[in-house]
Amino acid sequence: MLRVDALRAIYPELASRVVVTNMGAAPAELFSLGHRPGFFYLWHAMGLASSVGLGIALARPELPVVVVDGDGSVLMNLGTLTTLARYRPKNLVHLIFDNEVLLSVGRSFTTATATGSDLAAIAAAAGVPRTATVRTEDELREAFSAALAARELAVVVAKVEPQGPSSYSIDLHLLENRFQFERHLKGLRASHGESA
Amino acid sequence: MPVSQANSQVVYDALTACGIRLLSVLPETWLVHLVTLAEEDPEMTLVRLAKEEEGVGISAGAHLAGVRSAMLLQNHGFLASVNGIVSLAQLYRIPLLLLVSYRGGFGEEHPWQTEGGGVTEGVLAALRVPYLALETPGEVAARVREAQALAEANLRPVALLLCRGLMWEEER
Repeated sequence: MLRVDALRAIYPELASRVVVTNMGAAPAELFSLGHRPGFFYLWHAMGLASSVGLGIALARPELPVVVVDGDGSVLMNLGTLTTLARYRPKNLVHLIFDNEVLLSVGRSFTTATATGSDLAAIAAAAGVPRTATVRTEDELREAFSAALAARELAVVVAKVEPQGPSSYSIDLHLLENRFQFERHLKGLRASHGESA
Repeated sequence: MPVSQANSQVVYDALTACGIRLLSVLPETWLVHLVTLAEEDPEMTLVRLAKEEEGVGISAGAHLAGVRSAMLLQNHGFLASVNGIVSLAQLYRIPLLLLVSYRGGFGEEHPWQTEGGGVTEGVLAALRVPYLALETPGEVAARVREAQALAEANLRPVALLLCRGLMWEEER
């Protein structure tokens, strides 16, 4: 499964939600599918996308939050899984694309998931109540929809090919994205109940 | 325990007075009363961290979601959070209020605290994080209010150092 196809498979569900991504291929591909004001791309600060998602989910329990993460990022902040599990926000789904490499550096730089570390099993052992590993678009669509519908903290690991877009740059400055996103969340507060 | 209960209350009251509703914290001795106060306050969301840098992300998320937050951490936890502070709070212009227990300064008896104590202010200065040291309870409320105001005006991290004279009551 290619990550861009995986993102396309769940794009209709992402589009209406608050989405926080890590850096690199995932934000570039998500942006190419169509930016929404509820999408926040965390360039740099590797490992902290899940923490940003947790902060939003705890601050605004009425907002459904999806974190789009990668194996390299999660491995840099593994403790985050224990913190997520500790507070168990019902409005957070943590989607991890696992391509087993640090792709933006090069395909030969594998992560520990290439040698057997199982992020869904680690999440489950950390206490995350709902976990899944998926390998096809259909499996992803099913697991992701079920996780959203269950209204409990979930970690979904999607195994994908180590292939990314030709360019990681997007036509949206990170500060423009940041202020637009903040304003969007403020607007969702004003119209609480409609969008959430 | 000679951690000052009364002054911990002063610090806590100062935080709630300026609208802080979420605190992320990695407990350490000087912060125990503050953590307990947060835990017992139904208006406060307390997030206990596995490692301090997570708190930078959590505060960033809370800010973007419209909730005022602060981090409570030891200076060694601040040192462990430097990339998050630079690559998230500073890069993305997040007003991040850091309350840092300042171990390893004058009066320190534990050898393991001294190296971190020796570099804390230098690292804050290198990061261009505005900071003030709080030594006495009388200055706390105004300084916390001013720190929060500055953070929200310049959209950057601001630090307050919780010093020995404020947090620790020497046993006589």
